[in-house]
Amino acid sequence: MSNPMVEVHDVHKSYGGVEVLRGVNLAVERGEVTCLIGPSGSGKSTLLRCINHLEKHDAGELRVDGDLVGYEARGGKLYERNDKQICAERSRIGMVFQRFNLFQHLTVLDNITIGQVKVKGVELVDARARARELLARVGLDNKEKNYPSQLSGGQQQRVAIARALAMEPKLMLFDEPTSALDPELVGEVLDVMKDLALSGMTMIVVTHEMNFAREVANTLYFLDVGVIEESGHPREILSAPKSERLKSFLSKVL
Amino acid sequence: MTTNGDATVKVVPVRHVGQWIAAAIAAVLIAMLVHTLFSKLPTGQYACHLVNGVRKCHQITEWRFSWDIVGRYFFTSEILHGLLTTLELTVLSMLVGVILGVTIAVMRLSTNRLLSSTAWTYTWFFRGTPVLVQITVWYFISILYPVISFGIPFTNLTFFHFSTVSVFTPFIAGLVALGLNEAAYMSEIARAGLISVDEGQTEAASSIGMTRRQTLRFVVLPQAMRVIIPPTGNEVISMLKTTSLVSVIGVVELLGAATNIYANNYLIMPLLLVASLWYIVVTTVLSIGQYYLERRFAKGALRTPPPTPIQRLRRDVAGILSKVRTPRGVLGASR
Repeated sequence: MSNPMVEVHDVHKSYGGVEVLRGVNLAVERGEVTCLIGPSGSGKSTLLRCINHLEKHDAGELRVDGDLVGYEARGGKLYERNDKQICAERSRIGMVFQRFNLFQHLTVLDNITIGQVKVKGVELVDARARARELLARVGLDNKEKNYPSQLSGGQQQRVAIARALAMEPKLMLFDEPTSALDPELVGEVLDVMKDLALSGMTMIVVTHEMNFAREVANTLYFLDVGVIEESGHPREILSAPKSERLKSFLSKVL
Repeated sequence: MTTNGDATVKVVPVRHVGQWIAAAIAAVLIAMLVHTLFSKLPTGQYACHLVNGVRKCHQITEWRFSWDIVGRYFFTSEILHGLLTTLELTVLSMLVGVILGVTIAVMRLSTNRLLSSTAWTYTWFFRGTPVLVQITVWYFISILYPVISFGIPFTNLTFFHFSTVSVFTPFIAGLVALGLNEAAYMSEIARAGLISVDEGQTEAASSIGMTRRQTLRFVVLPQAMRVIIPPTGNEVISMLKTTSLVSVIGVVELLGAATNIYANNYLIMPLLLVASLWYIVVTTVLSIGQYYLERRFAKGALRTPPPTPIQRLRRDVAGILSKVRTPRGVLGASR
Protein backbone atom coordinates (compact mmCIF):
# COMPACT_ATOMS: atom_id res chain seq x y z
CA MET A 1 0.00 0.00 0.00
CA SER A 2 2.38 2.66 -1.12
CA ASN A 3 0.96 5.98 -2.22
CA PRO A 4 -2.59 4.97 -3.09
CA MET A 5 -4.85 7.29 -5.09
CA VAL A 6 -7.58 7.40 -2.47
CA GLU A 7 -7.20 6.84 1.27
CA VAL A 8 -10.24 6.90 3.49
CA HIS A 9 -9.54 6.62 7.18
CA ASP A 10 -12.25 6.37 9.83
CA VAL A 11 -14.63 8.73 8.02
CA HIS A 12 -17.85 9.71 9.74
CA LYS A 13 -20.81 11.62 8.36
CA SER A 14 -24.21 12.42 9.85
CA TYR A 15 -27.31 14.04 8.45
CA GLY A 16 -29.31 15.69 11.22
CA GLY A 17 -28.55 13.13 13.90
CA VAL A 18 -28.54 10.10 11.63
CA GLU A 19 -25.07 8.70 11.21
CA VAL A 20 -24.75 7.61 7.58
CA LEU A 21 -21.04 6.79 7.63
CA ARG A 22 -19.76 5.29 10.85
CA GLY A 23 -16.02 4.99 10.46
CA VAL A 24 -15.27 3.91 6.90
CA ASN A 25 -11.80 2.77 5.89
CA LEU A 26 -10.68 2.02 2.39
CA ALA A 27 -7.80 2.50 0.01
CA VAL A 28 -7.81 2.63 -3.76
CA GLU A 29 -4.57 1.96 -5.59
CA ARG A 30 -3.65 3.82 -8.76
CA GLY A 31 -5.07 2.32 -11.90
CA GLU A 32 -7.41 0.07 -9.99
CA VAL A 33 -11.16 -0.30 -10.20
CA THR A 34 -12.97 -0.42 -6.89
CA CYS A 35 -16.64 -1.29 -6.64
CA LEU A 36 -18.86 -0.36 -3.74
CA ILE A 37 -21.95 -2.47 -3.24
CA GLY A 38 -24.55 -2.51 -0.51
CA PRO A 39 -28.23 -2.01 0.18
CA SER A 40 -29.78 1.42 -0.34
CA GLY A 41 -29.13 3.75 2.54
CA SER A 42 -25.88 2.00 3.39
CA GLY A 43 -23.86 5.15 2.69
CA LYS A 44 -22.25 4.21 -0.65
CA SER A 45 -23.26 7.38 -2.44
CA THR A 46 -22.48 9.53 0.57
CA LEU A 47 -18.97 8.11 0.70
CA LEU A 48 -18.49 8.86 -2.99
CA ARG A 49 -19.75 12.40 -2.54
CA CYS A 50 -17.42 12.94 0.40
CA ILE A 51 -14.45 11.88 -1.73
CA ASN A 52 -15.43 14.65 -4.17
CA HIS A 53 -16.21 17.06 -1.31
CA LEU A 54 -19.76 17.50 -2.59
CA GLU A 55 -20.53 16.64 1.02
CA LYS A 56 -18.36 17.54 3.98
CA HIS A 57 -17.43 14.64 6.21
CA ASP A 58 -17.65 15.25 9.95
CA ALA A 59 -14.63 13.31 11.17
CA GLY A 60 -11.80 11.20 9.87
CA GLU A 61 -9.26 11.61 7.13
CA LEU A 62 -9.86 11.56 3.42
CA ARG A 63 -7.00 11.88 0.97
CA VAL A 64 -6.98 11.93 -2.81
CA ASP A 65 -3.55 11.67 -4.43
CA GLY A 66 -1.99 12.40 -1.04
CA ASP A 67 -3.91 15.65 -0.50
CA LEU A 68 -6.57 16.10 2.14
CA VAL A 69 -9.91 16.65 0.43
CA GLY A 70 -11.32 20.08 1.17
CA TYR A 71 -8.85 20.92 3.90
CA GLU A 72 -5.29 22.00 4.37
CA ALA A 73 -3.18 20.84 7.30
CA ARG A 74 -1.11 23.69 8.75
CA GLY A 75 0.43 23.80 12.22
CA GLY A 76 -1.61 20.96 13.61
CA LYS A 77 -4.92 22.44 12.42
CA LEU A 78 -7.17 21.71 9.48
CA TYR A 79 -8.12 24.79 7.51
CA GLU A 80 -11.11 24.48 5.23
CA ARG A 81 -10.15 25.41 1.70
CA ASN A 82 -11.99 28.19 -0.09
CA ASP A 83 -14.41 27.68 -2.96
CA LYS A 84 -11.75 28.25 -5.63
CA GLN A 85 -9.24 25.78 -4.16
CA ILE A 86 -11.88 23.11 -3.69
CA CYS A 87 -13.04 23.60 -7.26
CA ALA A 88 -9.50 23.23 -8.57
CA GLU A 89 -9.22 19.97 -6.61
CA ARG A 90 -12.57 18.73 -7.84
CA SER A 91 -11.82 19.39 -11.48
CA ARG A 92 -9.32 16.52 -11.35
CA ILE A 93 -11.90 14.13 -9.91
CA GLY A 94 -14.49 13.11 -12.48
CA MET A 95 -17.96 12.23 -11.33
CA VAL A 96 -20.74 10.44 -13.15
CA PHE A 97 -24.20 10.64 -11.64
CA GLN A 98 -27.10 8.24 -11.53
CA ARG A 99 -29.33 10.75 -13.28
CA PHE A 100 -26.66 11.94 -15.76
CA ASN A 101 -27.11 15.62 -14.86
CA LEU A 102 -26.11 16.84 -18.29
CA PHE A 103 -26.51 20.58 -18.77
CA GLN A 104 -29.93 20.65 -20.40
CA HIS A 105 -29.50 24.01 -22.12
CA LEU A 106 -26.29 23.05 -23.91
CA THR A 107 -25.65 20.79 -26.86
CA VAL A 108 -23.71 17.58 -26.37
CA LEU A 109 -20.55 19.23 -27.68
CA ASP A 110 -20.97 22.27 -25.42
CA ASN A 111 -21.54 20.02 -22.41
CA ILE A 112 -18.10 18.56 -22.94
CA THR A 113 -16.49 21.87 -23.87
CA ILE A 114 -17.74 24.22 -21.15
CA GLY A 115 -15.65 22.80 -18.30
CA GLN A 116 -12.47 22.78 -20.35
CA VAL A 117 -12.97 26.41 -21.40
CA LYS A 118 -14.32 27.93 -18.19
CA VAL A 119 -12.42 25.91 -15.61
CA LYS A 120 -9.21 24.81 -17.30
CA GLY A 121 -8.90 27.81 -19.61
CA VAL A 122 -8.44 25.69 -22.74
CA GLU A 123 -8.90 27.50 -26.07
CA LEU A 124 -12.33 26.82 -27.55
CA VAL A 125 -10.91 25.23 -30.72
CA ASP A 126 -8.75 22.81 -28.75
CA ALA A 127 -11.58 22.06 -26.33
CA ARG A 128 -13.89 21.22 -29.22
CA ALA A 129 -11.29 18.99 -30.81
CA ARG A 130 -10.84 17.12 -27.54
CA ALA A 131 -14.62 16.90 -27.05
CA ARG A 132 -15.01 15.32 -30.51
CA GLU A 133 -12.23 12.86 -29.72
CA LEU A 134 -14.01 11.86 -26.50
CA LEU A 135 -17.37 11.58 -28.24
CA ALA A 136 -15.81 9.21 -30.74
CA ARG A 137 -14.40 7.24 -27.83
CA VAL A 138 -17.84 6.78 -26.26
CA GLY A 139 -19.33 6.07 -29.68
CA LEU A 140 -21.41 9.22 -30.09
CA ASP A 141 -19.52 11.22 -32.67
CA ASN A 142 -22.71 11.85 -34.68
CA LYS A 143 -24.61 13.42 -31.78
CA GLU A 144 -22.59 16.56 -31.04
CA LYS A 145 -25.32 18.99 -32.13
CA ASN A 146 -28.12 17.29 -30.17
CA TYR A 147 -29.46 18.46 -26.86
CA PRO A 148 -29.42 15.99 -23.95
CA SER A 149 -33.22 15.66 -24.01
CA GLN A 150 -32.96 14.26 -27.54
CA LEU A 151 -30.76 11.36 -26.43
CA SER A 152 -31.58 8.04 -24.81
CA GLY A 153 -30.53 7.47 -21.21
CA GLY A 154 -27.59 5.34 -22.24
CA GLN A 155 -26.39 7.96 -24.70
CA GLN A 156 -26.76 10.69 -22.09
CA GLN A 157 -24.70 8.73 -19.61
CA ARG A 158 -21.96 8.19 -22.18
CA VAL A 159 -21.92 11.95 -22.82
CA ALA A 160 -21.68 12.47 -19.06
CA ILE A 161 -18.66 10.18 -18.96
CA ALA A 162 -17.08 12.12 -21.83
CA ARG A 163 -17.80 15.38 -19.99
CA ALA A 164 -15.97 14.09 -16.92
CA LEU A 165 -13.06 12.74 -18.98
CA ALA A 166 -12.65 16.10 -20.72
CA MET A 167 -11.28 17.49 -17.47
CA GLU A 168 -8.45 14.90 -17.60
CA PRO A 169 -9.28 13.45 -14.21
CA LYS A 170 -6.88 11.31 -12.23
CA LEU A 171 -9.81 9.59 -10.56
CA MET A 172 -13.30 8.79 -11.75
CA LEU A 173 -16.26 8.33 -9.43
CA PHE A 174 -19.41 6.59 -10.68
CA ASP A 175 -22.56 6.90 -8.59
CA GLU A 176 -24.85 4.09 -9.73
CA PRO A 177 -24.28 5.00 -13.39
CA THR A 178 -26.69 2.42 -14.79
CA SER A 179 -29.47 2.47 -12.19
CA ALA A 180 -31.66 4.94 -14.08
CA LEU A 181 -31.33 3.13 -17.41
CA ASP A 182 -33.63 0.80 -19.27
CA PRO A 183 -32.17 -2.72 -19.10
CA GLU A 184 -31.22 -2.85 -22.76
CA LEU A 185 -29.20 0.38 -22.43
CA VAL A 186 -27.09 -0.75 -19.47
CA GLY A 187 -24.61 -2.66 -21.63
CA GLU A 188 -23.48 0.29 -23.73
CA VAL A 189 -22.57 2.30 -20.62
CA LEU A 190 -20.81 -0.60 -18.94
CA ASP A 191 -18.80 -1.19 -22.14
CA VAL A 192 -17.53 2.39 -22.04
CA MET A 193 -16.62 1.94 -18.38
CA LYS A 194 -14.81 -1.33 -19.04
CA ASP A 195 -12.88 0.35 -21.82
CA LEU A 196 -11.96 3.14 -19.41
CA ALA A 197 -10.83 0.63 -16.78
CA LEU A 198 -8.62 -1.10 -19.34
CA SER A 199 -6.99 2.21 -20.20
CA GLY A 200 -5.72 2.37 -16.62
CA MET A 201 -8.10 4.92 -15.09
CA THR A 202 -8.50 4.76 -11.34
CA MET A 203 -12.20 4.26 -10.71
CA ILE A 204 -14.57 3.97 -7.79
CA VAL A 205 -17.93 2.59 -8.87
CA VAL A 206 -21.06 2.41 -6.75
CA THR A 207 -23.10 -0.21 -8.52
CA HIS A 208 -25.70 -2.92 -8.42
CA GLU A 209 -24.25 -4.61 -11.50
CA MET A 210 -22.67 -7.65 -9.89
CA ASN A 211 -21.42 -9.02 -13.18
CA PHE A 212 -19.60 -5.80 -13.91
CA ALA A 213 -18.10 -5.85 -10.42
CA ARG A 214 -17.01 -9.45 -10.84
CA GLU A 215 -15.45 -8.87 -14.24
CA VAL A 216 -13.85 -5.47 -13.91
CA ALA A 217 -13.22 -4.62 -10.26
CA ASN A 218 -9.88 -5.26 -8.59
CA THR A 219 -11.40 -4.78 -5.16
CA LEU A 220 -14.95 -4.97 -3.93
CA TYR A 221 -16.28 -3.32 -0.79
CA PHE A 222 -19.59 -4.23 0.75
CA LEU A 223 -21.07 -1.39 2.78
CA ASP A 224 -23.86 -1.84 5.24
CA VAL A 225 -25.30 0.71 7.68
CA GLY A 226 -22.32 3.01 7.30
CA VAL A 227 -19.43 0.60 7.73
CA ILE A 228 -17.42 -1.64 5.43
CA GLU A 229 -18.76 -5.06 6.25
CA GLU A 230 -16.57 -7.04 3.93
CA SER A 231 -13.92 -6.40 1.29
CA GLY A 232 -11.59 -8.24 -0.99
CA HIS A 233 -11.28 -9.64 -4.47
CA PRO A 234 -14.74 -9.57 -6.11
CA ARG A 235 -14.75 -13.17 -7.29
CA GLU A 236 -13.93 -14.46 -3.83
CA ILE A 237 -16.35 -12.21 -2.03
CA LEU A 238 -19.22 -12.81 -4.39
CA SER A 239 -18.83 -16.58 -4.55
CA ALA A 240 -17.98 -17.11 -0.90
CA PRO A 241 -19.39 -14.30 1.25
CA LYS A 242 -18.36 -14.57 4.88
CA SER A 243 -20.74 -12.21 6.68
CA GLU A 244 -24.42 -12.97 7.10
CA ARG A 245 -25.37 -9.51 5.89
CA LEU A 246 -23.55 -9.93 2.58
CA LYS A 247 -25.03 -13.39 2.16
CA SER A 248 -28.55 -12.08 2.60
CA PHE A 249 -27.83 -9.04 0.36
CA LEU A 250 -26.46 -11.23 -2.43
CA SER A 251 -29.37 -13.62 -2.17
CA LYS A 252 -31.63 -10.69 -3.00
CA VAL A 253 -29.69 -9.13 -5.86
CA LEU A 254 -28.13 -12.10 -7.68
CA MET B 1 -59.37 1.20 -38.51
CA THR B 2 -62.12 -1.12 -39.64
CA THR B 3 -62.69 -1.87 -43.26
CA ASN B 4 -65.88 -2.89 -44.90
CA GLY B 5 -64.96 -4.82 -47.97
CA ASP B 6 -62.63 -2.62 -50.01
CA ALA B 7 -64.03 0.78 -48.99
CA THR B 8 -62.60 2.54 -45.96
CA VAL B 9 -65.26 3.22 -43.37
CA LYS B 10 -65.84 6.91 -42.77
CA VAL B 11 -65.60 8.21 -39.23
CA VAL B 12 -68.30 10.77 -38.39
CA PRO B 13 -67.15 13.11 -35.63
CA VAL B 14 -69.63 13.85 -32.84
CA ARG B 15 -71.58 17.11 -33.36
CA HIS B 16 -71.22 19.61 -30.55
CA VAL B 17 -74.57 21.40 -30.78
CA GLY B 18 -74.11 23.43 -27.60
CA GLN B 19 -70.78 24.69 -28.88
CA TRP B 20 -72.35 25.84 -32.14
CA ILE B 21 -75.10 27.78 -30.36
CA ALA B 22 -72.58 29.44 -28.03
CA ALA B 23 -70.39 30.32 -31.00
CA ALA B 24 -73.37 31.83 -32.83
CA ILE B 25 -74.26 33.98 -29.83
CA ALA B 26 -70.64 35.10 -29.49
CA ALA B 27 -70.54 35.98 -33.20
CA VAL B 28 -73.66 38.16 -32.90
CA LEU B 29 -72.32 39.96 -29.83
CA ILE B 30 -68.99 40.59 -31.52
CA ALA B 31 -70.75 41.93 -34.61
CA MET B 32 -72.80 44.29 -32.43
CA LEU B 33 -69.70 45.58 -30.69
CA VAL B 34 -67.81 46.11 -33.94
CA HIS B 35 -70.83 47.90 -35.36
CA THR B 36 -70.91 50.35 -32.46
CA LEU B 37 -67.19 50.99 -32.91
CA PHE B 38 -67.81 52.27 -36.41
CA SER B 39 -71.29 53.74 -36.04
CA LYS B 40 -72.20 57.41 -35.99
CA LEU B 41 -74.29 59.41 -33.52
CA PRO B 42 -76.58 62.37 -34.28
CA THR B 43 -75.29 65.67 -32.92
CA GLY B 44 -78.67 67.41 -32.75
CA GLN B 45 -77.46 69.99 -35.28
CA TYR B 46 -78.74 70.30 -38.80
CA ALA B 47 -77.06 71.30 -41.98
CA CYS B 48 -79.20 72.81 -44.72
CA HIS B 49 -78.47 73.73 -48.31
CA LEU B 50 -80.29 74.48 -51.48
CA VAL B 51 -80.68 71.74 -54.03
CA ASN B 52 -82.29 73.00 -57.27
CA GLY B 53 -83.83 75.88 -55.34
CA VAL B 54 -85.27 73.60 -52.67
CA ARG B 55 -83.87 73.90 -49.14
CA LYS B 56 -82.93 70.51 -47.83
CA CYS B 57 -81.79 69.81 -44.29
CA HIS B 58 -80.21 66.79 -42.67
CA GLN B 59 -78.90 66.07 -39.24
CA ILE B 60 -75.15 66.16 -38.71
CA THR B 61 -73.70 62.95 -37.33
CA GLU B 62 -70.27 62.10 -36.03
CA TRP B 63 -68.28 58.98 -35.15
CA ARG B 64 -69.43 57.49 -31.87
CA PHE B 65 -65.75 56.90 -30.99
CA SER B 66 -64.55 60.17 -32.56
CA TRP B 67 -62.06 58.39 -34.81
CA ASP B 68 -61.38 61.59 -36.70
CA ILE B 69 -60.24 63.34 -33.51
CA VAL B 70 -58.26 60.26 -32.42
CA GLY B 71 -56.47 60.31 -35.75
CA ARG B 72 -55.76 64.00 -35.45
CA TYR B 73 -54.07 63.63 -32.05
CA PHE B 74 -52.42 60.23 -32.53
CA PHE B 75 -49.13 61.59 -33.85
CA THR B 76 -48.99 65.02 -32.22
CA SER B 77 -45.65 65.87 -30.69
CA GLU B 78 -47.09 66.11 -27.17
CA ILE B 79 -48.39 62.55 -27.35
CA LEU B 80 -45.21 61.25 -28.96
CA HIS B 81 -43.05 62.94 -26.30
CA GLY B 82 -45.24 61.38 -23.63
CA LEU B 83 -44.87 58.00 -25.30
CA LEU B 84 -41.09 58.40 -25.35
CA THR B 85 -41.06 59.23 -21.63
CA THR B 86 -43.24 56.19 -20.92
CA LEU B 87 -40.86 53.94 -22.88
CA GLU B 88 -37.80 55.41 -21.18
CA LEU B 89 -39.31 54.92 -17.74
CA THR B 90 -40.41 51.37 -18.57
CA VAL B 91 -37.04 50.28 -19.93
CA LEU B 92 -34.93 51.95 -17.25
CA SER B 93 -37.03 50.91 -14.27
CA MET B 94 -37.23 47.33 -15.57
CA LEU B 95 -33.45 47.37 -15.95
CA VAL B 96 -33.09 48.47 -12.32
CA GLY B 97 -35.74 45.95 -11.30
CA VAL B 98 -34.19 42.97 -13.08
CA ILE B 99 -30.59 43.59 -12.00
CA LEU B 100 -31.50 44.38 -8.40
CA GLY B 101 -34.15 41.65 -8.34
CA VAL B 102 -31.73 38.90 -9.42
CA THR B 103 -29.22 40.16 -6.85
CA ILE B 104 -31.86 40.05 -4.12
CA ALA B 105 -32.94 36.56 -5.21
CA VAL B 106 -29.35 35.31 -4.98
CA MET B 107 -29.03 36.98 -1.56
CA ARG B 108 -32.27 35.37 -0.45
CA LEU B 109 -30.88 31.93 -1.35
CA SER B 110 -27.57 32.62 0.39
CA THR B 111 -26.56 30.51 3.38
CA ASN B 112 -25.60 33.72 5.16
CA ARG B 113 -28.53 34.57 7.43
CA LEU B 114 -27.98 38.33 7.41
CA LEU B 115 -27.99 38.41 3.60
CA SER B 116 -31.06 36.23 3.26
CA SER B 117 -33.05 38.11 5.88
CA THR B 118 -32.05 41.46 4.37
CA ALA B 119 -33.39 40.22 1.05
CA TRP B 120 -36.59 38.98 2.68
CA THR B 121 -37.13 42.31 4.46
CA TYR B 122 -36.59 44.26 1.25
CA THR B 123 -39.23 42.26 -0.57
CA TRP B 124 -41.57 42.46 2.40
CA PHE B 125 -41.29 46.24 2.61
CA PHE B 126 -41.55 47.13 -1.07
CA ARG B 127 -44.36 44.71 -1.79
CA GLY B 128 -46.14 45.84 1.35
CA THR B 129 -46.56 49.51 0.48
CA PRO B 130 -48.52 50.99 -2.45
CA VAL B 131 -46.34 52.02 -5.35
CA LEU B 132 -48.21 55.31 -5.53
CA VAL B 133 -47.03 56.07 -1.98
CA GLN B 134 -43.48 55.06 -2.89
CA ILE B 135 -43.48 57.39 -5.89
CA THR B 136 -44.64 60.30 -3.77
CA VAL B 137 -42.16 59.54 -0.99
CA TRP B 138 -39.21 59.45 -3.39
CA TYR B 139 -40.33 62.75 -4.86
CA PHE B 140 -40.35 64.33 -1.41
CA ILE B 141 -37.34 62.37 -0.13
CA SER B 142 -35.39 65.61 0.42
CA ILE B 143 -37.62 66.32 3.42
CA LEU B 144 -36.17 63.23 5.14
CA TYR B 145 -32.66 63.42 3.71
CA PRO B 146 -31.89 66.97 2.56
CA VAL B 147 -28.25 66.23 1.72
CA ILE B 148 -26.58 63.21 0.14
CA SER B 149 -22.96 62.95 1.17
CA PHE B 150 -20.19 60.43 0.62
CA GLY B 151 -17.76 59.92 3.45
CA ILE B 152 -16.97 57.62 6.34
CA PRO B 153 -20.12 56.46 8.12
CA PHE B 154 -20.78 57.71 11.66
CA THR B 155 -18.05 60.38 11.41
CA ASN B 156 -18.10 63.97 10.19
CA LEU B 157 -15.71 63.12 7.38
CA THR B 158 -17.32 63.69 3.99
CA PHE B 159 -15.60 63.69 0.64
CA PHE B 160 -18.36 65.34 -1.37
CA HIS B 161 -22.04 66.04 -1.01
CA PHE B 162 -24.95 67.49 -2.93
CA SER B 163 -28.49 68.50 -2.18
CA THR B 164 -31.13 65.82 -2.60
CA VAL B 165 -33.56 68.14 -4.39
CA SER B 166 -31.09 68.66 -7.24
CA VAL B 167 -30.80 64.91 -7.81
CA PHE B 168 -34.37 63.78 -7.34
CA THR B 169 -36.06 65.43 -10.29
CA PRO B 170 -39.57 64.10 -10.93
CA PHE B 171 -38.22 61.73 -13.59
CA ILE B 172 -35.45 60.36 -11.35
CA ALA B 173 -37.79 60.05 -8.37
CA GLY B 174 -40.27 58.14 -10.53
CA LEU B 175 -37.54 55.92 -11.96
CA VAL B 176 -36.12 55.10 -8.51
CA ALA B 177 -39.56 54.39 -7.08
CA LEU B 178 -40.66 52.15 -9.96
CA GLY B 179 -37.27 50.38 -10.18
CA LEU B 180 -36.99 49.62 -6.47
CA ASN B 181 -40.59 48.49 -6.27
CA GLU B 182 -40.14 46.29 -9.34
CA ALA B 183 -37.00 44.72 -7.84
CA ALA B 184 -39.11 43.31 -5.03
CA TYR B 185 -41.39 41.50 -7.48
CA MET B 186 -38.57 40.52 -9.82
CA SER B 187 -36.63 39.00 -6.92
CA GLU B 188 -39.45 36.55 -6.30
CA ILE B 189 -39.68 35.72 -9.99
CA ALA B 190 -35.92 35.19 -10.19
CA ARG B 191 -35.95 33.10 -7.03
CA ALA B 192 -38.66 30.85 -8.45
CA GLY B 193 -36.52 30.43 -11.57
CA LEU B 194 -33.36 29.65 -9.62
CA ILE B 195 -34.96 27.01 -7.41
CA SER B 196 -36.67 25.43 -10.42
CA VAL B 197 -33.30 24.27 -11.75
CA ASP B 198 -32.55 20.72 -10.65
CA GLU B 199 -29.93 20.41 -7.92
CA GLY B 200 -28.17 17.82 -10.04
CA GLN B 201 -27.18 20.60 -12.45
CA THR B 202 -25.35 22.44 -9.68
CA GLU B 203 -23.69 19.24 -8.52
CA ALA B 204 -22.57 18.38 -12.02
CA ALA B 205 -21.15 21.88 -12.44
CA SER B 206 -19.27 21.58 -9.14
CA SER B 207 -17.99 18.16 -10.09
CA ILE B 208 -16.22 19.55 -13.14
CA GLY B 209 -14.68 22.21 -10.95
CA MET B 210 -16.88 25.24 -11.59
CA THR B 211 -16.94 27.81 -8.81
CA ARG B 212 -20.27 28.87 -7.37
CA ARG B 213 -20.20 32.05 -9.43
CA GLN B 214 -19.48 30.14 -12.65
CA THR B 215 -22.18 27.61 -11.85
CA LEU B 216 -24.72 30.40 -11.40
CA ARG B 217 -23.67 32.22 -14.55
CA PHE B 218 -23.16 29.36 -17.00
CA VAL B 219 -25.44 26.60 -15.71
CA VAL B 220 -28.19 27.74 -13.36
CA LEU B 221 -29.19 31.18 -14.68
CA PRO B 222 -29.49 30.17 -18.35
CA GLN B 223 -31.83 27.37 -17.36
CA ALA B 224 -33.70 29.52 -14.86
CA MET B 225 -34.39 32.00 -17.67
CA ARG B 226 -36.95 29.64 -19.12
CA VAL B 227 -39.02 30.02 -15.97
CA ILE B 228 -38.11 33.69 -15.40
CA ILE B 229 -39.00 35.10 -18.84
CA PRO B 230 -42.79 34.61 -19.03
CA PRO B 231 -43.60 36.37 -15.73
CA THR B 232 -40.95 38.99 -16.51
CA GLY B 233 -42.71 39.74 -19.79
CA ASN B 234 -45.83 40.15 -17.73
CA GLU B 235 -43.97 42.58 -15.47
CA VAL B 236 -42.72 44.66 -18.41
CA ILE B 237 -46.23 44.99 -19.78
CA SER B 238 -47.56 45.81 -16.34
CA MET B 239 -44.75 48.35 -15.84
CA LEU B 240 -45.60 50.04 -19.15
CA LYS B 241 -48.93 51.01 -17.66
CA THR B 242 -47.77 51.52 -14.07
CA THR B 243 -45.51 54.32 -15.32
CA SER B 244 -48.68 56.38 -15.75
CA LEU B 245 -48.71 56.77 -11.96
CA VAL B 246 -45.69 59.08 -12.07
CA SER B 247 -47.98 61.76 -13.52
CA VAL B 248 -48.87 62.49 -9.86
CA ILE B 249 -45.40 63.97 -9.35
CA GLY B 250 -45.55 65.92 -12.58
CA VAL B 251 -43.81 63.68 -15.08
CA VAL B 252 -45.57 64.07 -18.42
CA GLU B 253 -45.69 60.56 -19.81
CA LEU B 254 -48.18 59.13 -22.32
CA LEU B 255 -51.32 59.29 -20.19
CA GLY B 256 -50.14 62.56 -18.64
CA ALA B 257 -49.79 64.11 -22.09
CA ALA B 258 -53.28 62.98 -23.04
CA THR B 259 -54.67 64.34 -19.76
CA ASN B 260 -52.97 67.68 -20.31
CA ILE B 261 -54.59 67.98 -23.72
CA TYR B 262 -58.11 67.07 -22.66
CA ALA B 263 -57.84 69.35 -19.63
CA ASN B 264 -57.86 72.19 -22.17
CA ASN B 265 -60.26 70.99 -24.86
CA TYR B 266 -62.49 68.54 -22.94
CA LEU B 267 -62.07 65.85 -25.61
CA ILE B 268 -61.76 63.27 -22.84
CA MET B 269 -62.81 60.07 -24.62
CA PRO B 270 -60.84 60.58 -27.84
CA LEU B 271 -57.63 61.37 -25.96
CA LEU B 272 -58.04 58.42 -23.60
CA LEU B 273 -58.48 56.34 -26.75
CA VAL B 274 -55.27 57.78 -28.21
CA ALA B 275 -53.33 56.87 -25.08
CA SER B 276 -54.94 53.42 -24.82
CA LEU B 277 -54.23 52.60 -28.46
CA TRP B 278 -50.58 53.50 -27.99
CA TYR B 279 -50.40 51.27 -24.89
CA ILE B 280 -51.91 48.43 -26.90
CA VAL B 281 -49.49 48.95 -29.78
CA VAL B 282 -46.48 48.81 -27.46
CA THR B 283 -47.90 45.81 -25.55
CA THR B 284 -48.33 43.95 -28.83
CA VAL B 285 -44.74 44.62 -29.84
CA LEU B 286 -43.54 43.51 -26.39
CA SER B 287 -45.59 40.31 -26.54
CA ILE B 288 -44.06 39.36 -29.87
CA GLY B 289 -40.59 40.03 -28.48
CA GLN B 290 -41.36 37.90 -25.44
CA TYR B 291 -42.48 35.01 -27.63
CA TYR B 292 -39.20 34.84 -29.49
CA LEU B 293 -37.14 35.35 -26.33
CA GLU B 294 -38.94 32.41 -24.73
CA ARG B 295 -38.16 30.22 -27.70
CA ARG B 296 -34.52 31.15 -27.47
CA PHE B 297 -34.24 30.13 -23.84
CA ALA B 298 -36.33 26.99 -24.25
CA LYS B 299 -33.43 25.40 -26.10
CA GLY B 300 -32.84 21.88 -24.91
CA ALA B 301 -35.92 21.88 -22.72
CA LEU B 302 -38.12 20.36 -25.39
CA ARG B 303 -37.19 17.61 -27.80
CA THR B 304 -38.84 19.38 -30.70
CA PRO B 305 -39.53 23.08 -30.24
CA PRO B 306 -43.08 24.09 -31.28
CA PRO B 307 -43.35 25.96 -34.61
CA THR B 308 -43.49 29.74 -34.62
CA PRO B 309 -46.89 31.26 -35.57
CA ILE B 310 -45.51 32.06 -39.02
CA GLN B 311 -44.33 28.47 -39.49
CA ARG B 312 -47.71 27.23 -38.25
CA LEU B 313 -49.55 29.53 -40.67
CA ARG B 314 -47.39 28.30 -43.55
CA ARG B 315 -48.06 24.70 -42.59
CA ASP B 316 -51.82 25.27 -42.30
CA VAL B 317 -51.96 26.97 -45.68
CA ALA B 318 -49.95 24.14 -47.23
CA GLY B 319 -52.32 21.66 -45.59
CA ILE B 320 -55.42 23.37 -46.96
CA LEU B 321 -53.87 23.65 -50.42
CA SER B 322 -53.02 19.96 -50.50
CA LYS B 323 -56.58 19.12 -49.44
CA VAL B 324 -57.95 21.33 -52.20
CA ARG B 325 -55.74 19.60 -54.76
CA THR B 326 -56.69 16.07 -53.68
CA PRO B 327 -60.39 16.36 -52.84
CA ARG B 328 -60.79 12.86 -51.52
CA GLY B 329 -62.51 13.11 -48.19
CA VAL B 330 -61.15 9.77 -47.13
CA LEU B 331 -59.44 9.16 -43.84
CA GLY B 332 -55.69 9.36 -43.68
CA ALA B 333 -55.41 12.21 -46.17
CA SER B 334 -53.55 14.24 -43.57
CA ARG B 335 -51.11 12.67 -41.17
